[in-house]
Amino acid sequence: MNLVVNNTSLFLAAMLVLVALAISLWQKLGLDKDIIIGVVRAVIQLFIVGYLLKYIFRVNNFWLTTAMILFIIFNAAWNAQKRGAGIAHALPISFLAIFISTGVTLGVLVLAGAIKFIPSQMIPISGMIASNSMVAIGLAYRSLNSQFHDQRQRVLERLALGAGLMDASIAIVREAIRTGMSPTIDSAKTVGLVSLPGMMSGLIFAGVDPVRAIKYQIMVTFMLLSATSLGSIIACYLAYRNFYNEQKQLK
Amino acid sequence: MTALMSLQNVNYQVKDKLILQEINLTVPAGANYTITGPSGSGKSMLLRLMAAMISKTSGELIFAGKPIESYDPIMYRREVSYCFQQPTLFGTTVADNLAFPYQIRKQVIDLPHVTAALEYVGLSAKMLNQKIEDLSGGERQRVALIRNILFLPKILLLDEVTAGLDTANKDIIHEWLRHLNEDRHVTTLMITHDTTEIASADQLLRVVDGRLEVGA
Repeated sequence: MNLVVNNTSLFLAAMLVLVALAISLWQKLGLDKDIIIGVVRAVIQLFIVGYLLKYIFRVNNFWLTTAMILFIIFNAAWNAQKRGAGIAHALPISFLAIFISTGVTLGVLVLAGAIKFIPSQMIPISGMIASNSMVAIGLAYRSLNSQFHDQRQRVLERLALGAGLMDASIAIVREAIRTGMSPTIDSAKTVGLVSLPGMMSGLIFAGVDPVRAIKYQIMVTFMLLSATSLGSIIACYLAYRNFYNEQKQLK
Repeated sequence: MTALMSLQNVNYQVKDKLILQEINLTVPAGANYTITGPSGSGKSMLLRLMAAMISKTSGELIFAGKPIESYDPIMYRREVSYCFQQPTLFGTTVADNLAFPYQIRKQVIDLPHVTAALEYVGLSAKMLNQKIEDLSGGERQRVALIRNILFLPKILLLDEVTAGLDTANKDIIHEWLRHLNEDRHVTTLMITHDTTEIASADQLLRVVDGRLEVGA
C-alpha cells in the first residue's frame, strides 16, 4: 500500500485551514470562530472514531458491532429530525425510517454475499446507508413543511369535500418522497463522470484495481437507491398525519 | 320543522382572542338562510365551525340529533359541505376535479350524473377535458360548487360564492341554489352581501364582533 499520510504531512496540510481563515478575516465573513471550532471538532471526533473503530475491529464482537450500527442510526435520526422542525414525533419517525431502510439494505447485501458481517465492512457501509437515508429524510421533511404551508388552501378544500387525510395529502406526500429520492437518482446518473465517489476513491487510493473498485461503487449506487427510497417513503407516510389534529383538521 | 343543526352557547377562541361568542342558532331542515356582517366579524369562522373545519372551544353543536363529537369528521363533512369564497381547483383538468368526490369514496366517476350537473349550470360535457387555467372566474366557481353537490350533502355552507361574479354568472348560481334548496331539499346557509340573495332567503342572520344577531 502506498498510503503515506504521517503526522508531519498532516500538520503541513493544516496550513490549508489558514487559507479558509484568511479568506474569512479578509472578507469579514465572521466565520473565523466557526472554522476553528469546526476544525478542532473534526480532529477530535475523527481521532475518537479512529481509535474506537480500531478497538471494535479487533474485538470483532457481534453485539458490539450491532451497538455501533444502532448508534450510527440514532445519530442519523437525530440529525434528520432537526430538519423536520414543527413535525411532531420526528425523532421516533426518523429513527424507524432509518432503522428499516438501513436494516433492509444491509440485510440484502449480507445475504447476497456482497459484504460480510464483520465490523470493518458493516460499520462503514451502515454509515453510508444511514447518512444517505438521513439526508433524504431531511429533504422530505423540508418538502412536507413547505408544501403543507404553501398548499394550505388546497388541502383545506379537499378536507371540506370530505376527503380522508391520505386523500387530502397524497399529492404532497408523493412530492416529498420524490424530493427525498431525487439527489440519489441524479448522482447515480453522473457517477464517475463528475466525481469519483468516496467508496471507489478510497479503494483506488488504497491501491485496488479500478475495475474492482467500480464493482463496489455499483453496489453502493444500488444500496443508496434502496436506502433513500425506503427512508423517504416510511418517514413521509408516518409524518404527514402529524400535520392534522385529532379532529382531522389541518393544524 | 325539525332542527337539522343547532348551536347552543358556542364559543370559538384562538389563544386569548374570542372570535365567536355565545352563538345560539337553530337551523331547520330545508332552511335557506343568509348571513351578513362586516368583514372580520367571524362569519366565515361560524361556517367553518359548522363544517368541522375548526372546532368550537365550548358549547354544543348538534347535527341530526347527535353532538358533532360523535361523528367521524370526514363523514360529517360529506353531509355538511363547505364551499370556499375563492376555490382552488385541483390537478389539471375539470375532470380531475369532478372525479375527486368519487375518488375519495372509492367509486368510479358517474359520467351521466356529472354531465347532467355541468349542463344544469350551463356548462357542456366537453368542458371535462378543459384545462383549469383556461376557465373563466364564473366557470371555476361553478366547477368548484359541483364538487360539493355530486353527492348531495344535507347542508351546503356557502362562503360568498358569488362575490366578484358578473350578473349572468350570479343568476345561474342563484337559480341552481334555489333548485338545490327547494327541489332537492338541501339546507343552505350563505354568507353574502348581495341584496338579491338576502331578499330570497327565509331568514337573515348578522354576525357582528363574533356575536350572532337574528333578523327578520
